[in-house]
Amino acid sequence: MIGSLDSRLPAGSADNIQDAWTNHKFSMKLVNPANKRKFEVIVVGSGLAGASAAATMGELGYKVKLFTFHDSPRRAHSIAAQGGINAAKNYQNDGDSVHRLFYDTVKGGDFRSREANVHRLAEVSVNIIDQATAQGVPFARDYGGLLDNRSFGGAQVSRTFYARGQTGQQLLLGAYSALMRQVGEGTVEMHTRTEMLDLVVHDGAARGIVVRDLITGDVTSHSGHAVVLATGGYGNVYYLSTNAMMSNVTAAWRAHRRGAMFANPCYTQIHPTCIPSSDEFQSKLTLMSESLRNDGRIWVPEGMDDSRAAADIPEGERDYYLERKYPAFGNLVPRDVASRNAKTVVDQGRGVGTLKNGVFLDFADAIARDGKDLVASKYGNLFDMYERITGEDPYSQPMRIYPAIHYTMGGLWVDYELQSNVPGLFVLGEANFSDHGANRLGASALMQGLADGYFVLPYTIGNYLADQLGDRPMDAGDAAFRQVEAEVNEQTNKWLSTNGTKSVDYYHRELGKIMWDYIGMERSENGLEKAISEIPALKAEFHKNVRILGTGDGLNQSLEKANRVADFFELGELMARDALAREESCGGHFRAEHQDAEGEADRDDENFQHVAAWEWTGTDSVQNRHTEDLEFNYVIPSKRSYK
Amino acid sequence: MAVTQRPQDKLRTPKPINKPPRITMPWPLNLYQTAIGKKWVMALTGIGLVGFVLSHMIGNLKLYQGQLKVAEYAEGLRTLGDPILPKYSVLWLLRIGLIAMFMLHIHAAVTLTRMNAAANARYQSNRNFQSANLASRTTRITGIIIAVFVVWHLADLTWGWTAGFMGWRGDGFNYGDPLWNVDNSMSNIVIAIWYMIATVAVAVHLFHGIRSAFTSLGINSPKFNRLRLPIAAGIAGLVLVGNLLFPIMVQAGVLEADEPAPIEEWVKADFAKELAE
Amino acid sequence: MSEETLNITLKVWRQDGPEDRGRFETYQAENISTHASFLEMLDVVNENLNEDGKEPIAFESDCREGICGTCNLMIDGKAHGPEKGTATCQLHMRKYSDGDTIVIEPFRAASFPIIKDLAVNRAALDAIVMSGGFISVNTGAAPDANLTPVPKEAADQAFDAAACIGCGACVAACPNSAAQLFTSAKVQHMNLLPQGQAERWQRTEAMIETMEMFFGSCTNHGECHDACPKEIPLDLIAWTNRDYIKSKNKNRKLAGQRG
Repeated sequence: MIGSLDSRLPAGSADNIQDAWTNHKFSMKLVNPANKRKFEVIVVGSGLAGASAAATMGELGYKVKLFTFHDSPRRAHSIAAQGGINAAKNYQNDGDSVHRLFYDTVKGGDFRSREANVHRLAEVSVNIIDQATAQGVPFARDYGGLLDNRSFGGAQVSRTFYARGQTGQQLLLGAYSALMRQVGEGTVEMHTRTEMLDLVVHDGAARGIVVRDLITGDVTSHSGHAVVLATGGYGNVYYLSTNAMMSNVTAAWRAHRRGAMFANPCYTQIHPTCIPSSDEFQSKLTLMSESLRNDGRIWVPEGMDDSRAAADIPEGERDYYLERKYPAFGNLVPRDVASRNAKTVVDQGRGVGTLKNGVFLDFADAIARDGKDLVASKYGNLFDMYERITGEDPYSQPMRIYPAIHYTMGGLWVDYELQSNVPGLFVLGEANFSDHGANRLGASALMQGLADGYFVLPYTIGNYLADQLGDRPMDAGDAAFRQVEAEVNEQTNKWLSTNGTKSVDYYHRELGKIMWDYIGMERSENGLEKAISEIPALKAEFHKNVRILGTGDGLNQSLEKANRVADFFELGELMARDALAREESCGGHFRAEHQDAEGEADRDDENFQHVAAWEWTGTDSVQNRHTEDLEFNYVIPSKRSYK
Repeated sequence: MAVTQRPQDKLRTPKPINKPPRITMPWPLNLYQTAIGKKWVMALTGIGLVGFVLSHMIGNLKLYQGQLKVAEYAEGLRTLGDPILPKYSVLWLLRIGLIAMFMLHIHAAVTLTRMNAAANARYQSNRNFQSANLASRTTRITGIIIAVFVVWHLADLTWGWTAGFMGWRGDGFNYGDPLWNVDNSMSNIVIAIWYMIATVAVAVHLFHGIRSAFTSLGINSPKFNRLRLPIAAGIAGLVLVGNLLFPIMVQAGVLEADEPAPIEEWVKADFAKELAE
Repeated sequence: MSEETLNITLKVWRQDGPEDRGRFETYQAENISTHASFLEMLDVVNENLNEDGKEPIAFESDCREGICGTCNLMIDGKAHGPEKGTATCQLHMRKYSDGDTIVIEPFRAASFPIIKDLAVNRAALDAIVMSGGFISVNTGAAPDANLTPVPKEAADQAFDAAACIGCGACVAACPNSAAQLFTSAKVQHMNLLPQGQAERWQRTEAMIETMEMFFGSCTNHGECHDACPKEIPLDLIAWTNRDYIKSKNKNRKLAGQRG
């Protein structure tokens, strides 16, 4: 094992969490401005975390190389976030504070995150809003010209800043503009349409990466003093998710194969309000903002296999199951509870729609109460989007919704300084496991990505680099790099010569079915064991029977996908193992064996109040499970209840 | 000055199709070195030319008042500024301005068209245009028709070059006698049709040009934006109807001159006396 | 919702590489669900091509929610297809009828060179942003977000401009291959905000002149607006033209009359 699972929490953070980050910043080593230009840093990924980190390091004077497989950094999937970004500004004077945001996030994460990390996140959240506003991000404003807020799930204060339904796009454009400024000034060297295919670890530290140019097919090496991965989450392991088509785990997974620990892979978040899939060839799922649950009522028919149109089902034969089971919160129960209940009724055969794979979200009452105009002013663009995708008019018939994979809390293990157990390898944003614990609150993903990129990594990376002053980065022509390049080329040739019969997508779809059935919303020992035996079998067939046409020396989308799906197979198996080992239900991980009499999650703090970090031991052997214990000094673990 | 030199070194951009100018001219000439500056010049010269077209048409309405009145108007143009300035001086100033606007308008159009051709890559299937209309897509064609027409029009009714071979009556071209010349030229049906075609081209050109000028000049106010279309249609329609009527009326025999007028005598008599009679 | 299937004839532009000659090839898309999106229809065609031993059609897409701007197809002579205000990925097959023929081309412009089949290089748009599409504020240097109130009208107008997803449909639809709508959206997003005033004139001049290195000039057809999946207002072009003309003089003054 490379390095250790020492979280390197600031000294004294258990007694004084308020000052932990401030004190830690002071205690870290600095690189003086004249020396910064002597350090070369590689950043992979150009989403919120990657773009903001590259831009900030460029401003500080580091020599940064940024790699993205997109044609432009602006296309990273951060762009698709709709809802908003949390910050403890307390502009609404409703009692918000850094401590309350910290508290809500730890509790929302079901007590599976590090307190010190989360506190830091809450502290810098306010700086993010300042920074983004100064960059010209057009947040919603009230008539006085000041910033507006709204409330979001899991919080009792209004602390979410938003930009219509496209907060992610606006924040990413802010980070992208800062990045492009640095590219223009020459501090950041940009490599678009270039995919990282391996990490080079030498003498116990990350030295650089091997990439493939997606246009020319050239495989080249790049070395630096440190490597920063900001490559997003792995929700696409399920094939159908709200992630973008190209989102993948490859960069993180290749780092894992080179020794970086993968933490908590089984923590996945399901979003309850997505549009259900309509046919076998559905390529992705589309999320509808959760705000719809404020006015919509969720129901299914009482009876099984009821194919009547919604309007033909009399009131007495409808089951408003959330309102029935959770009278206090009703349709506004948290994401995981809403999702699991939808699955229950659909599994009972009470689903709606041609494929019986959804539940109704009905606005008839809201329209009758408030009038169509008011409903349209609140949700008009969502209704339009729904109609565009499904061809159904949600004003006259209920929407159909179903949960879908949306975010992954697990990721590469990192310490307080966002450094993985491999020295010199830093991981940011959704790609790391750090701040959300077992469940992420709404509007916190954007916050974490930008916190890591703007305000954490640029400090902490200096602490690592300071010791290397005077050292040149390794020569990218070194034998260690040549060796990895040769492996990458060999893999490419293997894909192109496999000459099987089925497409990459076919195997990806099949893998997704296993993942969704056994490692989806509800996991059981039997199911997980089935997955652990089925995934390797399918993986073997994939490697033997996939058909990838074309060549390796140009754009070849099947080839790109093959690399990504191969990694999803290995990840999928690890997720099953992680889920099997975690004998409790917490946050996004629900084990059928661990629920109370009322079907609620049964967390086991005595045995599982820890991070599970998996160590790669080779292609043919099972990873080793290590643990990092979690301590809670400020937010005392309690059971979540929404009755 | 502020342009990032050679973006292709920093991003995977293709080779630029236009290089920034090697020498930057002093302000405001540097405006004309850029496409938007050229568009601005096109709009301004276009407005000037529209003004000319309108006043030309209004002046020509004097044809309806008879040979004498329109000849007096023509002489009045030649003697603008009289008696302070010598004959023709103001007229030539106006003409030089007009020629300069015309040349600038054409030069900008030609260079921009070449730039656009370089920027364009042809589609291999049919386009399905939405808001590009006949007027906007034919400005270049109508522009060429207008340029050819202007030369013809000068040759026909200013210089009198056509008088020799177009079967004119009497002594042919009579300098300073607009109605006689117009009647002689446009009573030929082919020439009348040619004038009508050119008039349609002018109107179509103006329709897009006027609307376009607002955007090129950056004149945009939500309150008045909806007036852009009526203004363009109104001016184009006025020019169309007014100018179409000349050949039609000549053909219909309404505009008619029986014999060339004794212009020199009229000039000597200072028109006024003639009018008094 | 009725489940129907369609049979469609596709004429698709295939081109092996940037320097190769391209050609249309005809494919049959059979039994396509009316619920499928346009790109899912292409996925099915690709799956069948792969099965027949023919290389799948290269086309680009990512989020498939109409926000990332990656997808870019010229469908029956219209950028992003027949639906107004809709990116290719949000176009659905229920808009077509059984037996239709659909012609698909890449977005074309001299500065959008084809990489392969329907995939093109749109990096020139990034070059425009690089030259000035930002507000220079280093991380950490920002004042409190509520220090400068922004009138709601200005914020809303800036947002209308900022909604641009950078897909390049405006260039593809323009008979002159002009990028004026894209550039104007990027320029005005920042020019309309108080935060963007310090660099307003430099930004405008730099971005416009970079644009003119790669793209044609605007002749005010309005095709760009009709193709735009975010329906960016045409007015932004006028505002940007005005700002540009002003910028030439303002920047001269800012530089101390040095011209």
